[in-house]
Formats: sequence, structure tokens, C-alpha cells
Amino acid sequence: MPSDSAVRIVWIYPDLLSTYGDQGNVLILEQRARRRGIPVETVHVRSADPVPDSGDIYLIGGGEDRPQILAAERLRRDGGLARAIDRGAALLAVCAGYQIMGSTFGGEEGQPVAGIGLLDIESTRGPARAVGELAAEVDTGLGGHILSGFENHMGVTRLGPGVRPLSRTIVGTGNGDGTEGCHAGKIVGTYLHGPALARNHWLADVFLGWVTGPLAPLDDAWHERLRAERLKAVLPA
Amino acid sequence: MTQLPLRAQLASALGRTAATLSRVTGRGDGSVIGGRVGLILEPDLLRRLAADRKLVLVSATNGKTTTTRLITSALQELGEVATNAFGANMPAGHVSALSQSKQAPLAVLEVDEKYLPEVLATTGAGVACLMNLSRDQMDRAAEIWLLAQKWRRALAAKNTHVVANCDDPLVTWGAATAGQVTWVSCGQPWKEDSWCCPECGGPLDRKGDDWACRECTFRRPEPAWVLDDDAVVDPRGRRWVLDLRLPGRANRANAAMSLAVAEVFGLPVEQALPRLREVTSVAGRYTMVERDGRSLRLLLAKNPAGWLEAFEVADPALPIILSVNAQGPDGRDTSWLWDVDYRVLRGRPVYVTGERRLDLALRLDVADVPFRLCDTFEQAVGELPPGRVDVIANYTAFQRIRAEFGRAL
Repeated sequence: MPSDSAVRIVWIYPDLLSTYGDQGNVLILEQRARRRGIPVETVHVRSADPVPDSGDIYLIGGGEDRPQILAAERLRRDGGLARAIDRGAALLAVCAGYQIMGSTFGGEEGQPVAGIGLLDIESTRGPARAVGELAAEVDTGLGGHILSGFENHMGVTRLGPGVRPLSRTIVGTGNGDGTEGCHAGKIVGTYLHGPALARNHWLADVFLGWVTGPLAPLDDAWHERLRAERLKAVLPA
Repeated sequence: MTQLPLRAQLASALGRTAATLSRVTGRGDGSVIGGRVGLILEPDLLRRLAADRKLVLVSATNGKTTTTRLITSALQELGEVATNAFGANMPAGHVSALSQSKQAPLAVLEVDEKYLPEVLATTGAGVACLMNLSRDQMDRAAEIWLLAQKWRRALAAKNTHVVANCDDPLVTWGAATAGQVTWVSCGQPWKEDSWCCPECGGPLDRKGDDWACRECTFRRPEPAWVLDDDAVVDPRGRRWVLDLRLPGRANRANAAMSLAVAEVFGLPVEQALPRLREVTSVAGRYTMVERDGRSLRLLLAKNPAGWLEAFEVADPALPIILSVNAQGPDGRDTSWLWDVDYRVLRGRPVYVTGERRLDLALRLDVADVPFRLCDTFEQAVGELPPGRVDVIANYTAFQRIRAEFGRAL
């Protein structure tokens, strides 16, 4: 049983949606909590099992079209994630997982598939695959950072009035309209895998801070060096 | 061999000339350019060159080059074998390989898994050897569930005898439409891409190598051949200790597949197995090289499943150099590093290099694996004490190390 002081992380459906190193987001959150002396309890929930609604931070990753459709169906039937969000849990949804959180997304033939409606977004299949490095200026509501990562998707996502863009793209495609990702309450959606938190450790701390309050600083040398190298490689001089 | 039509003969000859020019001018080994020239002059060249030969296509995410080599070695018992030994595994490479051995009655072709349907359709190969499918170079490779679906369609349309690894659910699904299949149980250490049923999406229940869908009838077929630790059990129940020169579990699996393919060609284990034992290194892989008193063993690992197999070969008592690049052939996305469990390296001296060493450094830091960051491979070697060392590198990082020690490897 989870102890009251531990941060409870729930990784949703690694058997369907963990194609792009999504485990990395889990590992980075765990490490950043532990290095601060905060206990962590992580649950990996396979798609045949119920999603517990008692977690603090939920993570869902990227994957192929067919597993994405299966995951959306199962999440809707299960209802655990929606209950957790209602009671104030945080969610990081990546790529296919991001699209699932909206009202609809494009299936393997471009057909509209119903999402689970936790974010006011709708996604369709774009004309070409967006593959490559992405850099974007983050919405100041979450801190004045540059988002750095890798995208690989065919989605075009339209943001409704119920969400704010996570960032404005400098390099890369993102949502397809000059923005990348979105956030609303404690839900953050992004097309960045790679995983997103490796080069955006500040975002990991946004999530941990939502659960625990103010956080002690860490030695972020390896994150910073990688981030600086990648941004130098992709940002215009 | 029947005589090729004049146009095909000319195309084939000019292709070989281009290949020779490529080699003598030091631009490459010639196996791609020669085929390209040939295919431009005669688009039907591959079909014509493949006609009237006994052909086996070898495809998988991992182990293609080595298994192609093992099968080639075995089939040489039966006669001359044409093969694309250098891993040029798309149609241009196939044309080049077949052009260079025009009289060979047998051919063993390594085929990129995306190209398998096309090459199968073009060549009408009699045999296909299918080993494993897992995530690989995600920024450009096809999604593997989709890939297996294409294999199914291609095999349903042909009369090809498939030899397939039944421990891999996705390979089993991809191969199951073939008219005739010889199932081989040769293991699947990397299971992260097959927890769900390829047929219906339901959960797969797995116990050891066995698996079955909880929701539909799709389940592991009964194998005819079984890899059992260091031995292969043939369809008659006879156990053959492999005793290969190539190291590791993955190569024992490659050997099990090769023996099953050899038998489809009528070559019994007692004749095939000694030939497999003659193979010591494949395109530089598993080679030992010497540098200033250090003996380096070179292991190639291109994706999470490959790293898992490489860790199985690496000696826990030795220091290890890891080198990672992210050029085109490697995939420009390094996210796969997060799918590899590096904790197995705790306690070894670990040296990190390659163009994307900072990605790897962060990955190891998060896994709590201490390491030394080195700007170059030479620096890493220089910091090691004399003695044996394991080296694991991904594709272009491996080629770069290999080039340094000479292509003779």
C-alpha cells in the first residue's frame, strides 16, 4: 500500500504506448524525487488492468496507430484516469497519448477516432510526417524556458479555448499552427518524445512541485550539458 | 543457369564495372552502386538474376547479417552460393550480389525488413528465414505492427517455405499466412514490443518462451526445432551441441534458424553444423583487435533488443567502452537509449564516447551507472589499463571504429 508521504507515479499502458523511450519520463521523475529524499512509488499499468485513481502523477506515451486506438478504447471503458484527474492528479501525455486526451484523433486511415476528452483539443492526420528536433518557447505560465526535444508524428492538433499552448515553436512542427503541446490545470500534452523530460528537467520539477510544493535544487549538470548541446545544434545562430 | 537476355547481361556487366570502380577509387565496397547502375539499365534485373536459383531471403530486425553468413557457410556444402555478405540489404545490393556470382545455383540474401514484401514479389524466393521484429530507428523505420501486416500480405500471395521464430509473437503473426512454415523456438529476450496480441490487441499471457492470447485463439505454434541452451534439438528429437566460435545467445539463435533453413535445402545437421562452426566474425562484429596492449572485442548493437543481446555477450569482469552516434543509418532520434536497461553495467569501469555521448551520459546518470566521458574513442582506449576490453557501439560508431583498425576486419 502506498505510504502517505510518497509521490505516486502511474505509467499507463506501457504494453501499448511506450514505443519512443517513454519509460525515460518515469525514470527521470523517480530520480529527481529520490535525489531530494522524497519517496516514490511507481505502478506500471498494463492495458488489461484497471488504472488506479489514487496516483499523483500519470504518464502516457507514444505508439503506433493501432495500439493508440486500443488504448483510447480501454481508457474510456476503464474511467480510472478521468477520476484521478477529477481529484486533482497531474498528467503528462506524450504524442499518441497526447492525442488520446482530446475529443478526437486520426486513425490509421485518417478516420476520426474518439478520444477521452480530458483536454480541449482535436487532432487529425496531417499530410506529412513531422520528424526531427524541436525547440520552442514555453508559455510563461509554466516558467520561462525553452522546450527541447524530438518529434515524430503525423498529427495536427487544434487547441480549443479550454487549453493554453505549452509553447511557441522556433524549430519544428508541434501542433502544426506554430504552437507545440498544450496545458490546462495539471495536464500537459506534448508531441515531444525522446523522452520529453530528459532535456526538459524543469518540466519534471513542475510536475513534482504540483505534488510536493517547493523543491530543493539539484545538480543538473548532465541535463544542462545535453540540453545546451542540442539547442546549439538546432537553434538559428 | 539459363542465359540472361542481352540487355540484362549488359546491365549486369556495367553494374559490376561500377562496383569495381567504386572499390578501386576507395569510395566504398561497391555493393550498392553496382546494383543501382544495373537496375537503372534493366529494371527487371533482380527478377532475371534470381530466376532459376534456389534462393533464401533472411530478414529480421537483428541478426540478419550474421544469419545470412551462417546459412551461406552451410549451403556452400551444396555448391556455389551468391550472397550480399556486406549487409547491402536492399534491391541494389541484391542485384550486385547476384551479378557477381552469375553461375551460383544457390543464393542467400539478407533483406531489409521493409523491403521483404517487394523482394519476395520480385524474386519469388523459395525460402524465407524470419527471426525477430522489434523497435528500431524509429525516426525512419516503419512501425513494426504495420510491417508484420505487410509480411502477411506478401507471404499469402507466394508459395514460399518460411522458417520462422515462433517465440516472437509478431514474427509468428507475420509468417502465419505462408503456405508452409517450419517453426523454430529460438527465444525472444526483448519482449517490450509484444505484450499485446498482434491479431486482436488483447493481452498476451507469457510463460517462458510460450505465449497465448487471453482473448482470441492466436497462440504460439508448436516448434519443430528448439534452441535449448547451448544445443539445438532437431525435429527428430536429436540434440546437437552447437559449440560455435561466435559468442552469445543471439548467435546460438541465429545458428538454430540456419540449421532449420539448411534442412529445407536438404542439408542435414551433421553436414551443416561444422560449417557454422567455421564462422568466427561477421563484418567486423565479435572481432578482437589489439591496440597498445589492450585487446578490444567489438560488439555491434543498434537498438534496445540488440543491446540486450550485446550485454549478454559482454564480460562483467571487464571494462567496457560504449559509443553512440545518431547519423542517418543509426536513426537521428536517441530516444531508444531510454529503452535500454543499463543497470547491468553497475560495478564495471564504463567509458562513454561517440557523437551523442551526452545523451548516453545523462541516460547512465539516471540509471546510477558511474562512467567516464571521453571526447574520442582513442582517449577512452588510452585511459584503460592494458588487458581485455569490451566495446559496444551502434552502427556508424561501429563503422568508425572498424575503419580505424582497417576494413580487413
